[in-house]
Amino acid sequence: MAKRNIAIGTLLVGMVLGVIFWGGFNWAMELTNTEQFCISCHEMRDNVYAEYKGRIHDLNRTGVRATCPDCHVPKEWIYKIKRKIQASNELYHKVMGSIDTREKFEAKRLELARHVWKTMKETDSRECRNCHEYGSMDYMAQGRRARREHQEGLDAGKTCIDCHKGIAHQLPDMSEEDPSAVLAVKPE
Amino acid sequence: MKNQTAKKPLLAALGLCALLLGQSALAVEIQSLRGENAIDETTEVPEVKRYNKDGQPLPRNYVLQPPLIPHKIDGYEVTIKHNKCLSCHSWKNYRRHHATKISQTHFQSRDGVVLANVSARRYFCLQCHVPQTNALPLVDNTFEPVESVSSW
Ligand code: HEC
Ligand code: HEC
Ligand code: HEC
Ligand code: HEC
Repeated sequence: MAKRNIAIGTLLVGMVLGVIFWGGFNWAMELTNTEQFCISCHEMRDNVYAEYKGRIHDLNRTGVRATCPDCHVPKEWIYKIKRKIQASNELYHKVMGSIDTREKFEAKRLELARHVWKTMKETDSRECRNCHEYGSMDYMAQGRRARREHQEGLDAGKTCIDCHKGIAHQLPDMSEEDPSAVLAVKPE
Repeated sequence: MKNQTAKKPLLAALGLCALLLGQSALAVEIQSLRGENAIDETTEVPEVKRYNKDGQPLPRNYVLQPPLIPHKIDGYEVTIKHNKCLSCHSWKNYRRHHATKISQTHFQSRDGVVLANVSARRYFCLQCHVPQTNALPLVDNTFEPVESVSSW
């Protein structure tokens, strides 16, 4: 009898602890999924955040915002965990001071941007599509250029990031991708 | 060089005339940005000007006019690292995006040397090309292009 009580007791305690840990875990996940958290590091605040301010996803006619995690952290649980584990790399580079000045950041920027482009390409720009969807776009309400390119893009199997690089931040020197859109002769 | 120094007094005289003429004209017509409002009155808020939606290319009014921008350019950046305009208007990209291609004249340095890419003096597109708003012209204009060179 006593043995059984202990067993049940352990089970109950286990369950309660589980709920607490699970809740705590998810709570921590949510806490680290806010703009406030992202810009608690000056590396993020002084560079990408400063550039994002005032852009369409921060300030627009309807007042709906897309914040850092909306574009950079997946919504689905399993992908979210994966991204959070990857983020430990950011902690390492924070400690190493890899991008702790504007100059260092600019020097590394193309590499970082390429990571993001690659991920978005692989997921068919999943995070953009959490809010925007080809299927829900009223092409007739769009501008002349958007209407044409969205229909062509959809047919050609293109994804948002193919055409909308630099939607939230300044772009790095992409002369390797497209030498025709950079200043050819840089001032010394 | 010599020629220029010889012209100097003449230029100065002309400049002086222009200045005098200009000033007497200004004295009558000058109006501050406040309009005719008294200084202690609040001015009426002018109507907000909106950039036009995307449209067809706009007709050019005279030969060699920098074409006007017939679409919105909110959020487009031209920095030393990247030129958003050229991502559609460069010779490499214009076909794919159905855009007007950048003029060949933009590939020359100021000494007339032909370059392999857009010249730095033509890189900052908005120095000459501007988007349009719903504003009415501030000054009447009766200019008409010569028939033989107007394509519109
Ligand atoms: C502890 C400080 C810190 C915080 C907090 C932080 N970051 Fe970063 N982040 C960094 C550093 C440092 C790097 C550079 C990593 C490197 O050098 O590879 C970075 C890189 C990135 C990158 C590029 C990743 C890549 O694949 O190369 C993205 C995107 C990013 N951060 C987004 C975010 C978002 C979104 C948040 C909030 C959820 C956030 N960061 C919070 C410090 C931080
Ligand atoms: C959290 C939701 C959300 C996410 C995620 C999101 N957007 Fe948006 N996006 C918006 C809102 C809201 C607007 C502004 C609508 C308006 O004009 O009021 C907008 C506007 C835009 C515009 C119009 C720009 C303009 O100047 O008119 C583009 C292009 C765009 N988003 C692309 C993207 C791309 C590419 C991604 C993925 C990298 C993305 N968005 C992710 C919500 C989102
Ligand atoms: C083939 C290139 C291409 C692809 C792919 C593409 N876009 Fe666009 N998009 C454009 C162009 C060109 C415009 C109009 C110019 C601009 O806003 O910079 C535009 C405009 C927009 C606008 C503003 C609409 C308007 O009326 O101006 C939104 C929002 C947008 N895109 C979101 C997306 C999203 C989300 C995706 C992915 C599902 C996507 N786009 C994929 C080229 C593309
Ligand atoms: C609308 C979606 C969107 C939002 C919102 C957004 N980003 Fe990004 N971010 C991108 C895209 C797309 C890239 C890839 C580079 C590019 O195209 O500009 C990127 C790149 C980055 C990079 C890599 C460096 C670089 O500039 O390429 C970092 C770091 C980053 N973002 C952090 C943030 C932080 C922090 C926030 C919140 C202040 C944020 N992002 C908000 C879409 C977004």
